[in-house]
Amino acid sequence: MLTQHQFGLGLRKPHYADFLDGEATVPVDFVEVISENFMVEGGRPLDILHRVRERHPVALHGVSMSVGSADGVDPDYLRRLRSLADAIDPLFVSDHLSWSRIEGFNSHDLLPVPYTQEALDIVSANVARAQDVLGRPMLIENPSSYVSFTGDMTEWEFLAALCARTGCGLLLDVNNIFVSATNHGFDAIAYLNGIPAERVRQIHLAGHSQGRDLLIDTHDKPVPDSVWSLYAAALARLGPVATMIERDDDIPPLADLLHELDVARRVAVDEKRLAA
Amino acid sequence: MSLLALQRDFRQWLDIESAEAAARIGEHAAPGLSVYLNNYRSALMACLAESFGSVKAWIGDDAFEGAAATHIERQPPYSWTLDDYALEFPETLDAIYVADPEIGELARLERELGRIFVGKNADPLDVATFADIDWESAKIDFVPTLTMIEVTTNAASIWSSLAEDKRPPDAEMLPRPASVAIWRVAFMPTFRTIEDSERQAIEALAGGATFSALCATFVEAHGETEGAALAGRLLSQWIADGLIAHIRAQSFQPDNRAARTCKNDYRVAE
Repeated sequence: MLTQHQFGLGLRKPHYADFLDGEATVPVDFVEVISENFMVEGGRPLDILHRVRERHPVALHGVSMSVGSADGVDPDYLRRLRSLADAIDPLFVSDHLSWSRIEGFNSHDLLPVPYTQEALDIVSANVARAQDVLGRPMLIENPSSYVSFTGDMTEWEFLAALCARTGCGLLLDVNNIFVSATNHGFDAIAYLNGIPAERVRQIHLAGHSQGRDLLIDTHDKPVPDSVWSLYAAALARLGPVATMIERDDDIPPLADLLHELDVARRVAVDEKRLAA
Repeated sequence: MSLLALQRDFRQWLDIESAEAAARIGEHAAPGLSVYLNNYRSALMACLAESFGSVKAWIGDDAFEGAAATHIERQPPYSWTLDDYALEFPETLDAIYVADPEIGELARLERELGRIFVGKNADPLDVATFADIDWESAKIDFVPTLTMIEVTTNAASIWSSLAEDKRPPDAEMLPRPASVAIWRVAFMPTFRTIEDSERQAIEALAGGATFSALCATFVEAHGETEGAALAGRLLSQWIADGLIAHIRAQSFQPDNRAARTCKNDYRVAE
């Protein structure tokens, strides 16, 4: 459990030198890396991760666990992730409420899960299995989605039930809530009110783009005002969390992202004042 | 619809753009399914473009895009890591460019350079321990990233020119097929075109032969002076290239003539 808000950034290749060179450390409380990029045997990327880890706590964020797969989670994947986690001693290990693999086919995308009792049983079993292998609780991130299904419950009800069944925590992606709420016409505030606030350990903030018919979760722009507003609303409900800016494309200089992170810090301070 | 049935339909949509599968997924799902289809193809295309930058530069953007599209059609991704998606692209290029074998060979070289970039590390060889080595029983462990590919063209020269932003040579067949040894020194992938004799020596040692057995083979093939000199030259070259991870030896046994000959020769070469 965190005792106060923390603020971090995704560690991306253009910023490796910023994080490793010089005497001064980058002013972040933690960094997050994409787990799969470092689930390798050796070489420079892994060396860089170990050197960054000497300076900062590291959160491992996966994109390929596929906890929504009807045919289960890949044991080889879990073993490799466990090995990385043992080496890094991460702040968190997280992945998405989605699926990417089925029967030997891997889409390498975060595909949506229907919010049905059957899917809840399968996802719960997969998350429980992953946590057993990893030897630690995971954080599950709410996805952005472009297709919705008729289900037995809402996404936030599904996440609440998943947390209750498996003991996992939540990585709340505020941008994803905004994107999915816009695409599927649900109330983002109702979402925030429906999630188990005490399970939220981490927050992602990012930008999105307007596609032809739908909002697309592109992570290639600064966090927009609409997402900052939703972030403020989220913080009003949550205890101390680790907030980070997630930028994966059109990556700007590190100084720009640190500036955005300062905005997050100010929002947190303002929320604390309001609460007092 | 069960979760498994839904996921099979999604697979069919992404893999073969099945309209029937799309219809089963949802009446109003078309805009969203287009987004997922675009994401799927973009990710695979980007993976191939990133993994095979030299091939792309050699054949041009349009031809590369066409080859990548063919590969995406014939080879759906199966692994949890996108890195694995690059592995079979050279075979697709072989099938498309039957008359241009340098393209597949360039891709194989590039694939291996990418693969070993994240391969197992090796500690630097401690040359100070050489004085104690019993060369008769010595076995050589090459660095774990060492791999070899066969080439019939000047693909290695083409790659080097492209990597240095120089005008690449025209593609041409080599006088005879050769091999390229590819390995990593510290964190830097590197390669060298090698003769058949060197390839056979590496394969023999990697297969568990002792250095003295290799020497004996060379002495038998080339005579005592030239055979021993060849073994010594190769050993010196491998050490200088950072190809050797360890030299393992049992106790010193001084009465093996071939081993003594090679040992002496190595000292001269050193």
